[in-house]
Amino acid sequence: MMTAASRRSLPRRMAARIVGHALVFVARFITAVRADWRGTEPVARQRVYYANHVSNADMPMIWACLPAHIRRRTRPVAAADYWLSTRLRAFVGPEVFNCVLVDRRPEARTEDPMEAILSALDEGSSLIIFPEGNRNMGDEPLLPFRAGLYNIGRARPGVDLVPSWVANLNEIMPKGEVIPLPLICTVTFGTPLHVAEGETKDAFLARAAEALVALRPPPPDAEP
Amino acid sequence: MSEQTALDILFLAMGVIGLLTALTVLGEILRARLPHGETDPVVETFMTRVHSWWAMVILLSLAVFSGEIGILLLFAFASFAALREFLTYAYKRRADHLSLALAAFVILPLQYVFVGLGWTALHTVFIPVYAFLLLPIVSALRGDPRRFLVRVAEMQWGLMICVFCISHVPALLTFDMGPGAEDRSVLLIVFLAMVVQFGDLFDYYAGRHFGRRRVAPGLSPKTLEGMVTGIAAAALIGAGLSWITPFGPLGAAAMAALASTAGMFGSLVFAAIKRDKGVKDWSHLIPGQGGFLDQLDSVIFAAPVFYHVTHLVWG
Repeated sequence: MMTAASRRSLPRRMAARIVGHALVFVARFITAVRADWRGTEPVARQRVYYANHVSNADMPMIWACLPAHIRRRTRPVAAADYWLSTRLRAFVGPEVFNCVLVDRRPEARTEDPMEAILSALDEGSSLIIFPEGNRNMGDEPLLPFRAGLYNIGRARPGVDLVPSWVANLNEIMPKGEVIPLPLICTVTFGTPLHVAEGETKDAFLARAAEALVALRPPPPDAEP
Repeated sequence: MSEQTALDILFLAMGVIGLLTALTVLGEILRARLPHGETDPVVETFMTRVHSWWAMVILLSLAVFSGEIGILLLFAFASFAALREFLTYAYKRRADHLSLALAAFVILPLQYVFVGLGWTALHTVFIPVYAFLLLPIVSALRGDPRRFLVRVAEMQWGLMICVFCISHVPALLTFDMGPGAEDRSVLLIVFLAMVVQFGDLFDYYAGRHFGRRRVAPGLSPKTLEGMVTGIAAAALIGAGLSWITPFGPLGAAAMAALASTAGMFGSLVFAAIKRDKGVKDWSHLIPGQGGFLDQLDSVIFAAPVFYHVTHLVWG
């Protein structure tokens, strides 16, 4: 099957790989990003990494801390309206990160987001998704999850759903700031989840959110 | 670099590499004596540390051979990595974003530029005076008074510890060793690093074996016996290395003891900070040793003292 990636010219694919390596280098230089594989091992199983979302740098952080052979087979699910808005983003999102682009606006979309996600899974890719949908700006650790994670778990029960907590990013690059602060970022991967037989949507999403929050390290700079 | 200086550095590097080889062989023998398929966690920890020492010795040797630029870059990076760890656990708020970014991306590089240019007057006051005054202004302009003094105090402490103090190691390069020996000041860095590291090592192992009286119970396992052994060992090693310094045998022993003492109390201070912040290690970047700050804590306290006494007494 001709995938979108293999239709692109070789120099373009090379450029995307070089930019990808540069992004990993910058992420490591500024945040020394580290993967803490607490509940599972970094192995090449098909997985959906689901993570908390506080900053636009979340996705590149998870992407950068995955081992290279896993990273190559892992595609972030991201918003088309964001990643197609400028030419630079249209290069970085779909080509460097190899994003699965979904449209968050039902009125504008031509493709059902779930179809795009499932077809990426059927091609053998792992995914990174942010089930909160939007960036969390409040004081609660997580916003309520959208149904997508449950639907994926139901439709492809063999795929591991791995909770992935990204720590510190709201301080490294809060919304509205341009310069990232050099602080240490840790991504903690928990024990994989599956939708249980007969489990309702709400029960599963509550269990998934709980498993994710449990990975949160105690806030290092709690009010003295 | 003159031939004599290069030969001396090579001789020292060979000595340390020989020692590390002996430690590596010792570790491998301990491993081989265990029944097949078993591991001893003590031996494994020891070997992880030995591997990290290898990396540090190789990096420092390369930097020393590549000259001033290499040393400045190495310590500038060490400062950056240390500041990254310190700020991760510092109390900060959104209003401090710009001042923290300035600290890491403007003040830190400028400090090393001033050290590299040999502008001694500026490099000794830049952070304690100008950064000290400027950064609270930048934070205040964002208009958030909540725990303001704690925020700016921790920020200034981070800069003093991670940038100001560490930059005194490459600043030793500016020391004038007399006619015909201009390039030998690099050996002062080797001297400082060796006496402080070996002092710490002797303190650690002596403290574990026959240490009884804790100097700060509830804070650190450091013992009086360990510290005295460590300082004495540093003084002996310092005297043995006096040929690379302008201090003479007795002076070198005294300088080594001074640096080692400052360094040990430095690690005690860092033990207090870590206890307060509830962290065991600052990060996981140096296998077996924790973070850059865990590794550098004694050098951080030793460097400014060593620098000033060198200039005051032998300048």
